[in-house]
Amino acid sequence: MTTEDFKLALIESPFFRGMQPRHIHELATQAISERFPAGEFIFREGEDAQKFYLIREGRVTLEVLAPDRGVSIVQTISSGDVLGWSWLFPPHRWHFDARAVEPVQTLTVDAHWLRGWIEADHDFGYEMMKRIAHVMVSRLQATRLQLTDVYGA
Amino acid sequence: MSLEEHAMSATADLMTPRVFRVRRKIRELRDVFTLVLEPSGPTEFSFAAGQFNMLYVFGVGEVPISLSGDPGQTQILVHTIRSVGAVTRAINKLKRGDAVGVRGPFGSQWPFEKAFGRDVIIVTGGLGIAPLRPAVHQLLAQRESFGKVSLLYGARTPNDILFQKEIERWRGRLDLEVEATVDSAPPGWRGNVGVVTTLIPRAQFDPATVIAFVCGPEVMMRFSVLELEKCGVSKERIFISMERNMKCAIGFCGHCQFGAAFLCKDGPIIALDRVQTWFGKREI
Amino acid sequence: MERDQLQQLFRLLAGNGYRVVGPTVRDGAIVYDDVASIEDLPSGWTDEQDGGIYRLTRRKDEALFGYAVGPHSWKKFLHPPVIRLWRAQREDNGFQVNQETDEPPKFAFIGVRSCELHAIAVQDKVFLTEPHVDPIYQARRQNVFIVAVNCGQSGGTCFCVSMNTGPKVTFGFDLALTEVVEGERHYFVVEAGTEKGEEILGQIETAEADAEARLKAEQVVAQTAAQMGRQLDTTDIKELLYRNYDNSRWDDVARRCLTCANCTMVCPTCFCTTVEDVTDLTGEHAERWRKWDSCFTLDFSYIHGGSVRTSPRSRYRQWMTHKLATWIDQFGTSGCVGCGRCITWCPVAIDITEEARAIRETDTKKGS
Repeated sequence: MTTEDFKLALIESPFFRGMQPRHIHELATQAISERFPAGEFIFREGEDAQKFYLIREGRVTLEVLAPDRGVSIVQTISSGDVLGWSWLFPPHRWHFDARAVEPVQTLTVDAHWLRGWIEADHDFGYEMMKRIAHVMVSRLQATRLQLTDVYGA
Repeated sequence: MSLEEHAMSATADLMTPRVFRVRRKIRELRDVFTLVLEPSGPTEFSFAAGQFNMLYVFGVGEVPISLSGDPGQTQILVHTIRSVGAVTRAINKLKRGDAVGVRGPFGSQWPFEKAFGRDVIIVTGGLGIAPLRPAVHQLLAQRESFGKVSLLYGARTPNDILFQKEIERWRGRLDLEVEATVDSAPPGWRGNVGVVTTLIPRAQFDPATVIAFVCGPEVMMRFSVLELEKCGVSKERIFISMERNMKCAIGFCGHCQFGAAFLCKDGPIIALDRVQTWFGKREI
Repeated sequence: MERDQLQQLFRLLAGNGYRVVGPTVRDGAIVYDDVASIEDLPSGWTDEQDGGIYRLTRRKDEALFGYAVGPHSWKKFLHPPVIRLWRAQREDNGFQVNQETDEPPKFAFIGVRSCELHAIAVQDKVFLTEPHVDPIYQARRQNVFIVAVNCGQSGGTCFCVSMNTGPKVTFGFDLALTEVVEGERHYFVVEAGTEKGEEILGQIETAEADAEARLKAEQVVAQTAAQMGRQLDTTDIKELLYRNYDNSRWDDVARRCLTCANCTMVCPTCFCTTVEDVTDLTGEHAERWRKWDSCFTLDFSYIHGGSVRTSPRSRYRQWMTHKLATWIDQFGTSGCVGCGRCITWCPVAIDITEEARAIRETDTKKGS
């Protein structure tokens, strides 16, 4: 994929909507494309979180293994979503397993570099934080709703 | 008979159950089953999607249950019931050929006439899909009258997905967008995990004109409505199905009031803008 | 009509097949029951009413209608407290349901106040509006002969003036009486409101009311209007209550309210009922009964899993908001006729006019 392809992918994604063109361009120059076949783990709980993943295609499940009951699926992440945010906050370790349920294509950016840019350029940093905060809020609200077990027994 | 006398005797009839018989009983989930009833004698029955009947078990009591079958089938009554209380448990014990008292149909309907030429989005969860199954039948029967039609369904776990085979069949159609999700799932589940509200922003519909049908536990409806409004769907185009205590089902006993609405006649399906003073308030 | 001529009214009504019911003294209150003659009426009695207080005391005169309203209202006849709807019995392979034949008597109501006429009209709207007409109410309502009375004095908790429901009787009556007791003279100024009323009146010895009598009758009403025990500001009351669901005043009243449901029992417009399915011991026979119910009970709002209105706070709020606000959206009028019964018969003297005032004063979200 070319830088132009990545730019298009970024502009089309809901997460990056409204970002300044120069920021989009810069991100596109550092982006790479990755593919994960169905069933493969994108990352595992406890691993170093050094990549920023934007899901372009396919679905990913966040899973957690509890010794007494095996694997539980916590949430499904779909195309257009950003996968995780542990790359942004210390100790930069993934908190869940992420597995592709179907073939997944990501737009991946190196998290080291991204963190550096966020720290150095506060304008860009603010834009990223705003978006990440929004994602977290939505996920939190959805998770809370999940916890209230609305359908009951 | 004068018009008044006619109205009076018609109302007295509405307070008196007619006897129907169990033709078939289908176990849907652990505590949810579908009852197919047929009339005892020659009788006409027609209903509109969204309406309900009061089902009476001799000597036990009566309970409001939505009709969950195809409105096109007038020879039978189909109800999907969860076994939660004395009457529903008694209904669960009925066998083929047993008698059931039926009063109805009562209540308002899913407003298809408002959706002609528009997209329709159906957001439902748990048992809430029961009163919407007739709506899907209706929509499919006149498919060309509507724009894009989406059905979003949420359940607690994969074992709690109601009408799964039917949902899968609908999902196979090219003119219907169907997405299902569960709150939690064991390994091996290849479907979505997450609350049904997360499916709303991804669904294909024009927020400026879409008509939304929402039915499920009240909490689920509240959050779904919030999400729909976030997407730009205005209150008068969102139709919810509210539930309250029902006794007479004809607007006299006062039990089913939700704010100013009598849910047995102004509801159970009602536009959100009509109840916005009360929707989401505690203990109303 | 002279006082004693009123007895002819009883005779005529009974003769025409009416079951005559009206006020009579029993158990320390003026209640509505069968009355056969003017001897049964509460001659010389009046009532002292205030929040949580009802007392009968002797008047200085022998006025027949010298009191306000008691714990009963005419709804006990039009909207019976307990009634069987149908009976069912088991059969070989099922059951059969038989509707109850309802043959109520023709009632004649003696002594109906203006607020009560309004209350009947309010219940007419509830029960007689298409598409469903309550046959039980209709069967009783359609034959009622109403002898109304213009109140000679206001009760301690009355506020019909605030609610525009009195004290002068203006509609819905067959005959309307204004009692005038002055020294030796004791007479009624009578007005016929319908053909039925005129027909009955025509058979009683009466004289044409002279100007003085008419004036006296007007004065009686004016005097009553000036004596109102309570007052309720109904300006924009619907919007006021709609935006004050979270007003802390509800907590205040909740601390006092016992949810005893007295107010709903005595209120002439409260109409809620429940349906009870019962069987006998053999299990072969079942019956469905309809009974008065109250939104103050915990069961009233029960749905699977629990009640919606668990707190007394929410139940008082439901009752008052329904009575003064949502009723307007449902039926086009207020549900309250200002009779004051709920104030009098509340064991802890909760006063709907005071609560409405408090809400208005603490209305935090005044809007346009």
